Amino acid sequence: MVARLESNSSNRRVPREILAYREEKMRPFKALLTAIGAAGVIAAGITVGSGSVSAEAETIRIGDINSYTRLPAHTIPYRQGAILAIEEINSAGGVLGRELEFISHDDQGKPGEAVKVAERLFDRDEVVLISGSLFSHVGLALTAYAKQTQQLYIAAEPLADALVWAQGNRYTFRLRPSTYMQAAMLAAEAAKDEGAKRWATIAPNYAYGKDAVAAFQRVLTELRPDVEFVGSQWPALFKIDAGAEVEALKRLEPDAIYNVTFGSDLAKFAREGRLRGLFEGRLMVGLLTGEPEYIDPLKDEAPEGWLVTGYPWYDIETPAHDAFLAAYQQRWDDYPRIGSVVGYNTMLAIEAMLERAGSTDTEKMVDAMEGLSFEAPTGPITFRAIDHQATMGAYVGWTTLRDGQGVMVDWKYLDGADYLPSDDEVRKLRGGD
Amino acid sequence: MADFIVSLLTGLSSAAAMFLVASGLSIIFGVTRIVNFAHGSFYMLGAYIGYTLVQTIGSTGIGFWAAVLIAAVAVGLIGVVMEILLLRRIYKAPELFQLIATFGVILVIQDVTLWVWGPEDLVGPQAPGLKGAVIILGKPLPEYDLALIAISPLVLVGLWALFKLTRWGTLVRAATQDRQMVAALGVNQRWLFTGVLFLGSALAGLGGAVQIPKGGADLLMDFNILAAAFVVVVVGGMGSIFGAFWAALLFGILQTFGIQILPNSTLVLMFLVMAVVLIFRPWGLLGIPESVLQIPSGPPEQPLRPALPRVRALAGAACALLLVLPIVHLVFPEVVGTFTLVLVIEIMVFVLFAAALHFIMGPGGMVSFGHAAYFGGGAYAAALLVKFADAPFELAFWAAPVGGALLAFLFGWFCVRLSGVYFAMLTLAFAQIAWAFVFQDMPGSVLKTFGIAGDFGAPLKITGGDDGLNDIWPSQWASTRVAYYYITVGLSVAALMIMRRILYAPFGYTLRAGRDSPLRAAAIGIDLTRHRWLAFAISGAFTGLAGSLFLFSKGSIFPTTLEIARSFDALLMVLFGGVQSLFGPIFGAAALTWLNDLFSVLSYWRFLLGVTIIALVLLLPQGLAGFAGTRLGRRLRLSRPEEMAT
Repeated sequence: MVARLESNSSNRRVPREILAYREEKMRPFKALLTAIGAAGVIAAGITVGSGSVSAEAETIRIGDINSYTRLPAHTIPYRQGAILAIEEINSAGGVLGRELEFISHDDQGKPGEAVKVAERLFDRDEVVLISGSLFSHVGLALTAYAKQTQQLYIAAEPLADALVWAQGNRYTFRLRPSTYMQAAMLAAEAAKDEGAKRWATIAPNYAYGKDAVAAFQRVLTELRPDVEFVGSQWPALFKIDAGAEVEALKRLEPDAIYNVTFGSDLAKFAREGRLRGLFEGRLMVGLLTGEPEYIDPLKDEAPEGWLVTGYPWYDIETPAHDAFLAAYQQRWDDYPRIGSVVGYNTMLAIEAMLERAGSTDTEKMVDAMEGLSFEAPTGPITFRAIDHQATMGAYVGWTTLRDGQGVMVDWKYLDGADYLPSDDEVRKLRGGD
Repeated sequence: MADFIVSLLTGLSSAAAMFLVASGLSIIFGVTRIVNFAHGSFYMLGAYIGYTLVQTIGSTGIGFWAAVLIAAVAVGLIGVVMEILLLRRIYKAPELFQLIATFGVILVIQDVTLWVWGPEDLVGPQAPGLKGAVIILGKPLPEYDLALIAISPLVLVGLWALFKLTRWGTLVRAATQDRQMVAALGVNQRWLFTGVLFLGSALAGLGGAVQIPKGGADLLMDFNILAAAFVVVVVGGMGSIFGAFWAALLFGILQTFGIQILPNSTLVLMFLVMAVVLIFRPWGLLGIPESVLQIPSGPPEQPLRPALPRVRALAGAACALLLVLPIVHLVFPEVVGTFTLVLVIEIMVFVLFAAALHFIMGPGGMVSFGHAAYFGGGAYAAALLVKFADAPFELAFWAAPVGGALLAFLFGWFCVRLSGVYFAMLTLAFAQIAWAFVFQDMPGSVLKTFGIAGDFGAPLKITGGDDGLNDIWPSQWASTRVAYYYITVGLSVAALMIMRRILYAPFGYTLRAGRDSPLRAAAIGIDLTRHRWLAFAISGAFTGLAGSLFLFSKGSIFPTTLEIARSFDALLMVLFGGVQSLFGPIFGAAALTWLNDLFSVLSYWRFLLGVTIIALVLLLPQGLAGFAGTRLGRRLRLSRPEEMAT
């Protein structure tokens, strides 16, 4: 560098044009030297910058990936439930003599981003497994990633059937009852209504909506060969033109309507449907509609008399759930959503799995996950060895208004194990492992 | 008949909010030429502020409408703040640069809204006095729909009066037609612009507030309305309020009847209509030809010259560093971890993507809003080849650049005939059509109509819809991180050099000639359309290459790679880096990808990223590459003395 400065100063009197010309023709080795020097400086910078990687993980780290900025209303309760479980496990002495640590990252609702986050969690944060996610496509991307890298992924909330069937693999497990299971539960209940013969459906125009409608149609037609599906509406997700959709449904003149819309779409659909008289004299069935995430924002406009799946946390009176409810309300000063239970149960599953595996070796953890049973606030849950789907069930009941708030009544808890296709069919769906 | 009338009225009412938002956007663009991405955020703020006000004072009819109006004014004032603090400082920046500043504003508003109002969807209360339904020919129609139907003509008449009958309105119209002449006549543009931003933002806020009884407020509203608002503005003709009105009505009615006839058309209908309108009426229904409107903004671009030695040295150093990084990783894995390699792979993919977009955007002057179509489209071509033809990685990989080029060749034929914002919107329309094609798995549906279906009569999964295509990985030899790293870095650096070479060749000169003066270029016998078309296809090929690298690094592909947000990512990278420099997209992509990764582990990272973007935009109005032209950059000999920063 000194030599350069000197040569520059000796050039002071040279006309600028010539200087510029000389510079453009600068000899290549000089450029090379500068290049190597600069590379060294930057490399040193990176070395210093990334020197923070911890030497030895004393805790057992669990990598959490979820769409915290894209759908905070659904994912923040999930994280709160998970953190509550982690705190309870640690205050009881941890697992395998070590504490659990929950490292949580945002996937921005993008599958590619989720894969990158997974790489960071395994490499930088030295987690032993990853869990979480809500969107099906994010879950499927992580499923493929888990298979390729042979790392354990416990999908918490994504509903896509493909996650454990068509795309299922040794390293992926799923806790929440899938689209198929929840649709099958509703279809089984809906089949009891003898008067409902002409069915229409409305579902968001993407894979979840399509799967939910297909599964419902299939199970209902099996139970009731006399029903007829007269039409389907497919509004764009979160962009429903509710008035127009309601008019279109009315034109189909159905006896019953199966609704899969949720979130802001559901709010608009419920209001327009009520004002335009769509629900009068019709059996209404709503997938997930009874979950607090979806029914609570509707307040006193929550639809009444719909057959729904959901989570009646206010009326579940089992000791295990009472304890969970009290702890959750004390910790977060808020009531639990379905996401909270899923988050809580996921961490319980991880605790039970680690106890059973006795190690954080991935292959041992996977072996321990297969057939793993544990007690959750919602009842006993088993991760089926055949397809890695958990038997966590869902609450099915009827909506009504209580104190200006939509609630579920006459509900029952249906065990997920009873609403899955036969083992032969599952093997066929799952193909080669 | 009764059904028809009720449906028609329903369509008219759903046009109202759309018209309000679109008219605001149109007015802002017409006068300031700013493509205001934050417009959707103002719509969202209108809904949230309106919701809070309605909760406090909206229990009576007067209170409700007062709350709606106050919300509109409040949002207008927020628009003024944005204009004074931010936009006013960067009017002289190259065209479209303001876009990235408004993107920073979007990020900030998203997190502020989440922080203030919380994550849960807010369902709007109904309007007092308009809670029921009226019976029209025996069919119920919500009363509030009638109020909405009345609002848009009222606003339209109000705007018309404002623009026709007041002096301010006359000045705004004059500025829409010829901004420089208005300035030459001594009109203070600053306050004109501030006033226009107020009016436009207030209209967006009004749109957000009046739809409360039809919906409410949620955190996804901003992006959900944005594309639709642009479509309405463009179909109506940029800057034309009457155009926006008719376009909003057209879409309201089309939507209502469209979903009765084709329930599956909800995703693509608007964009199909826009594509058709733009192909036959390149300036929208009531727009003025762009050539009249085109106003050069910012100083003329410097001619391309060979890079200075210092710059070359730095570029060489960067390449040397990229080459040694995996070696450091292998020797000292605790110093450079796997994730560092993963991050560099991701950065290089987006550098290539941004550079390919810049190839037509900078030297070609063609701003594409839909480049994700070639990124994701190429990747899907490769993925489909793997899934259905069992093609080996080595072959399938090259299907992406070929697919990207072919797709660009096809779409480009229509697009290159347009210019400016209309070009941009037609590329967006095609990208959305491509997205819907993949998202709705149209090949599967088509096969089903021919009786070819899967289990239980469900359509076959070809593109897999939004469940995407999974489990697509490189061959064994390329599947380690280090190997894939070298593939990515090698191919993207080579691609960058080839693109640079093309731009320094006569082809590049021709392209720039066409950008700077289409008339003169045509006069010396250049077939401009053909050159632009070819450039578009070349860009598509390199974009597809980036898509291929992306696909095999992630192992799966989803329609999200074709969506608008992905196109905008690339656009922002180019603008952020500096559209006037060939190094711009490299810096922009690297910086944004890296910053995104750095911040995303923090809570409220969008706020931080937004503020960082805004700060850098204010600091370097020529983009990151503009640093070379600053005093410091010249002292470091990154630019020639005569290349003054402006």
